[in-house]
Amino acid sequence: MSEILKYLTQTGNIKKLVTMLSMFILLLTSGFPLFAQQQRFPKPEFESGYTQPVTSMPEARADFYAWFDVLILVIALSLITWLILKKRSRRGVLAMSVFSILYFGFFREGCICSVGSLQNVTLALFQPEYSIPISALAFFVIPLVYTLFFGRTFCAGVCPLGAIQDVLLLRPVTMKTWLQKVLGLIPYIYLGLSVLYAATATDFIICRYDPFVGIYRFDATFFMFTIGAIFLLLSAFVARPYCRFFCPYGVLLNWMSRFSKHHLTITPNKCIQCRLCEDSCPLGAINKPVPVKVMEDRPSATKRFIRLSLIIPLLMILGGWTLSNFHENLAKVNTKVRLANELMLFKPDVMLPSVEIEAFKTAGTPVQELYSEAAVIVEQFYLGAWILGGFLGLVFGLTLSSLSVFKYREDYTPDKAECVSCARCLKYCPVER
Amino acid sequence: MAEKGKNRRDFINTCFRFAAGASLVGVTGVLAHKTVSGNTLWQIDTTKCTQCGRCATSCVMTPSAVKCIHVYDMCGYCDLCGGYLRPNVKNITTGAENQLCPTGAIKRKYVEDPFFEYEIIEDLCIGCGKCVKGCGAFGNGSLQLQISHDLCVNCNQCAIARDCPSDAFSRVPADEPYKFSGFKKEQKD
Repeated sequence: MSEILKYLTQTGNIKKLVTMLSMFILLLTSGFPLFAQQQRFPKPEFESGYTQPVTSMPEARADFYAWFDVLILVIALSLITWLILKKRSRRGVLAMSVFSILYFGFFREGCICSVGSLQNVTLALFQPEYSIPISALAFFVIPLVYTLFFGRTFCAGVCPLGAIQDVLLLRPVTMKTWLQKVLGLIPYIYLGLSVLYAATATDFIICRYDPFVGIYRFDATFFMFTIGAIFLLLSAFVARPYCRFFCPYGVLLNWMSRFSKHHLTITPNKCIQCRLCEDSCPLGAINKPVPVKVMEDRPSATKRFIRLSLIIPLLMILGGWTLSNFHENLAKVNTKVRLANELMLFKPDVMLPSVEIEAFKTAGTPVQELYSEAAVIVEQFYLGAWILGGFLGLVFGLTLSSLSVFKYREDYTPDKAECVSCARCLKYCPVER
Repeated sequence: MAEKGKNRRDFINTCFRFAAGASLVGVTGVLAHKTVSGNTLWQIDTTKCTQCGRCATSCVMTPSAVKCIHVYDMCGYCDLCGGYLRPNVKNITTGAENQLCPTGAIKRKYVEDPFFEYEIIEDLCIGCGKCVKGCGAFGNGSLQLQISHDLCVNCNQCAIARDCPSDAFSRVPADEPYKFSGFKKEQKD
């Protein structure tokens, strides 16, 4: 073959070249396999002492650094917990926030983060063939463990997504409770959807719609940059809009923090109820003392309890039924389902095949195989939609009932679930240690 | 009364704390044996790749972390290179009008008669795969699209993997970071 080439180039016979080229094009269009197994043109034996360059195979970041990230996470969490609980220093939290923005944000470019690791864990739980990197598991578990003991110190200044919003907060406005409660339901929906999509190995929607990662990488698409910029602008007035009204990992931290043993307290000693801290929390996460009212009489309390315990299962069934009706729409995000759908509607005589259809035909998998695979996935989505709907119904019902629960409280205390331990309220307390 | 209520509340709290802790330990325990100690990396299976061109546009990095990598061991050093030249070129020169690469990222260098070396200038390559298609169709297929691991930020879920029509992206163990095809190890010796 090389001799032919030699001949062609030496004589410069352009006509022959053109015929040869057109022959090749014919071969290409007639579906010649793109990767021939044998070398068409064997590697030449060089006479001029030419040394062949090395094929470039740049190395990835060494595994060691993944461990280093975990180490940094543990150190940062320990340090910020110490700063909040022992030193009670807002300045320390601020310094840690800046560090997190610089390290986990700009240096590590927002990946890996605990928020996204939630999906890795889900995927590993539901898809046996996926093996989770140990650093992802560590990033998922360690902040939850810390939160279970010390409250949401991770949110305070270790999470790069929270930190960037927190440092930008200039003039917090207080939000109406009903609005906070309603918007506070979004994270549950987001969590449910991201678990559903990760469990069916469809997509990692948290990573896809992470508003700040594009900013950390200086490489956002216009759409994602706009969303990120809106969140950042908003966070100057509304404290941590993403954390409170979107973050799915925040839901898990919220649950853990409710039962935390050593949560931050506003006062270092005994509350004197001076009311100075009352409006200090930008997140509205300070529980006010409840005036002792006349106790509700027993029959009315019983009635209320029965009504609530009927409403919750009703909402669960309603939610499950509603979402299961939409399971096919939910499943359309999955590439296999979408391709199967596309193939079913494809009419070869009037439509041009899309890139997906072309690639599928090149691969040569039987259509029936794809259809049955897609059917299995749609079935998974049907079950998943019932569970998701039921879960959302439960959350809505519990939120509703929590509004009418009376809890006796004497002092000003942080709402363990909502409080992110940002330590802003501490300087309002006049009580000495 | 208040004291008693507080005690009960504390007790329930402790119970829930243990339950939450136990579920965390449970999840960790279930997943512990499924972990891989090292990180996984994204890579393209070149046997599945159809050079649709989405690698150039779908990557979160601009330009894409997918690059054309030249496996020199497979190259035939052709003068008439299907990866370098456009189909139906009038003359085989390095003129811009003859080049297939939209960014001029392939450097053609004379070695000896009639052989030419083709080098990919990685900074210019956008990973569109035009040359890969050309080389695979006309030549040995020594040009292959691969994720360049020094540029890849190793997203949790690769953005190109989602858009890839031929399902060519997968997570590979970090100790085998490249997946060239048609590349025989014996040829090296």
